[in-house]
Amino acid sequence: MGSRSSHAARIPDVDSIRRETGFSQASLLRLYHRFRALDWNEKGYLSRVDLQQIGALAVNPLGDRIIDSFFPDGSLHLDFPGFVRVLARFRPVDDEDNRNRDPKEPEPLNSRMNKLRFAFQLYDLDRDGKISRQEMLQVLRLMVGVQVTEEQLESIADRTVQEADEDGDGAVSFLEFAKSLEKMNIEQKMSIRILK
Amino acid sequence: MQPLSTACEVQGAWSDSAGPQWATLRMERGAKEKNHQLYKPYTNGIIAKDPTSLEEEIKEIRRSGSSKALDNTLEFELSDIFYFCRKGVETIMDDEVTKRFSAEELESWNLLSRTNYNFQYISLRLTVLWGLGVLIRYCFLLPLRIALAFTGISLLVVGTTVVGYLPNGRFKEFLSKHVHLMCYRICVRALTAIITYHDRKNRPRNGGICVANHTSPIDVIILASDGYYAMVGQVHGGLMGVIQRAMVKACPHVWFERSEVKDRHLVAKRLTEHVQDKSKLPILIFPEGTCINNTSVMMFKKGSFEIGATVYPVAIKYDPQFGDAFWNSSKYGMVTYLLRMMTSWAIVCSVWYLPPMTREAEEDAVQFANRVKSAIARQGGLVDLLWDGGLKREKVKDTFKEEQQKLYSKMIVGNHEDRSRS
Repeated sequence: MGSRSSHAARIPDVDSIRRETGFSQASLLRLYHRFRALDWNEKGYLSRVDLQQIGALAVNPLGDRIIDSFFPDGSLHLDFPGFVRVLARFRPVDDEDNRNRDPKEPEPLNSRMNKLRFAFQLYDLDRDGKISRQEMLQVLRLMVGVQVTEEQLESIADRTVQEADEDGDGAVSFLEFAKSLEKMNIEQKMSIRILK
Repeated sequence: MQPLSTACEVQGAWSDSAGPQWATLRMERGAKEKNHQLYKPYTNGIIAKDPTSLEEEIKEIRRSGSSKALDNTLEFELSDIFYFCRKGVETIMDDEVTKRFSAEELESWNLLSRTNYNFQYISLRLTVLWGLGVLIRYCFLLPLRIALAFTGISLLVVGTTVVGYLPNGRFKEFLSKHVHLMCYRICVRALTAIITYHDRKNRPRNGGICVANHTSPIDVIILASDGYYAMVGQVHGGLMGVIQRAMVKACPHVWFERSEVKDRHLVAKRLTEHVQDKSKLPILIFPEGTCINNTSVMMFKKGSFEIGATVYPVAIKYDPQFGDAFWNSSKYGMVTYLLRMMTSWAIVCSVWYLPPMTREAEEDAVQFANRVKSAIARQGGLVDLLWDGGLKREKVKDTFKEEQQKLYSKMIVGNHEDRSRS
């Protein structure tokens, strides 16, 4: 543990991060210590390898896709603000957020739409804003491994794309994706609560 | 031996009378009497988790999003991804393994600034108390402890070298045993380690292997001050090397060269030879292979369990209130670590000697290792983990991932088969 100070002042730009993510001071401190713990050789940033070393993440079939979402645009270094920005998507939705929100300000990171966007980009491998049949197939393959035959998987992918695709372009856009999940309680399913 | 025992008594007497009353009273009362209740495993993570299975959660997700009847459960839903997504991000926020390599958090502060995790400035009185604590620890306890440590180590080196010159025989063994024990006991005093041994009737015997969970190098001193063991380890340079070379003159320990450590067959052969010689001492081994923070027990390496000797498991649990004994080798070197130990209040721990275990006919080494590990975890109140402690440096195997994939495939393809049947 060392002489790690408990003061949040050690986190650079802590106030702007708080505003942007909506995390409380205590939660940010916890996440900062977590960031430091993952950065075991104290580089000051995280690389892909650091996240891959988390055993429980490596056995998650979508582990690599999740790691990709922390490194957008091919970047190789993840600093603390970037780390927290992604985790902020999973902050539980507070009713207070919606009441106090200034409509002119940008949407909070943990809004329903942003949670959906996070899930969407796990499917959308080439980030072109659409889930093609090919991409659906690839992600399905990740989730089932070698347990399912190619034909079965193809029929599942076809059916799924057909059901969600409304404008008939053979791919699922973000709006179509959001529409097919409109009844889902996303706020609850894509939220992680940090204990104080 | 007279002056040395007096030195120990002096230190003991000092802490009984001159030291702050509350500190000693608390130490003795808490440590000696209520050992079991003190050791609550701190396994709360930083995030709220629901312990549901893959199948239950995915069904939940589908149910909440779909208004269609459930008797015709669909094969695959776009929403299934939420399960893996959330589970994955949960592990990034908090996983079972990474947190075992940093010191355990305390539930209430023990006046050591090194364990001040989230406690802020509360009152002037507390700060004054803390300041007083610093004064006592650094100005009174530390010099006394360092003096004792020097005495202990130099006596060990000198004593074992002298005993080494004697001809082999019962007298040499007798002297060697007592030199070892005496020096370890001085070192125990040097750290102010208050140890409670349980079930001493199960102490390891010749020809056996003693296995214990590993938290710090101090584990060795704690066990060796209550029994006479043959040590196993790598040959080091510097002071450790001097100590090792001296010790092996008095009685046979098993030291390996760095190059030999990689050769598993060689290691197994030497250990087997040692164990089969009944006149030789029980071997002391820490099968985790690395220091863990004393909240859990990680995978035991199967090497020591393949040899076929009787295994004597030992559980060691430290009370973190008086001083955190975990050695975070990536953060501190040995000297810094020892200084931190000597400037804590005390090292309070419990040692349980568990009944001996042998490998059963249908078990293989891995199953036997897991059985021993569970017994140790249960006794010490530690979390029994399947993960490998070396995981912090290596990648995990793919078999675990395949299991998850199998479970999920059954959900989406199993349904497909049902439908084609109806």
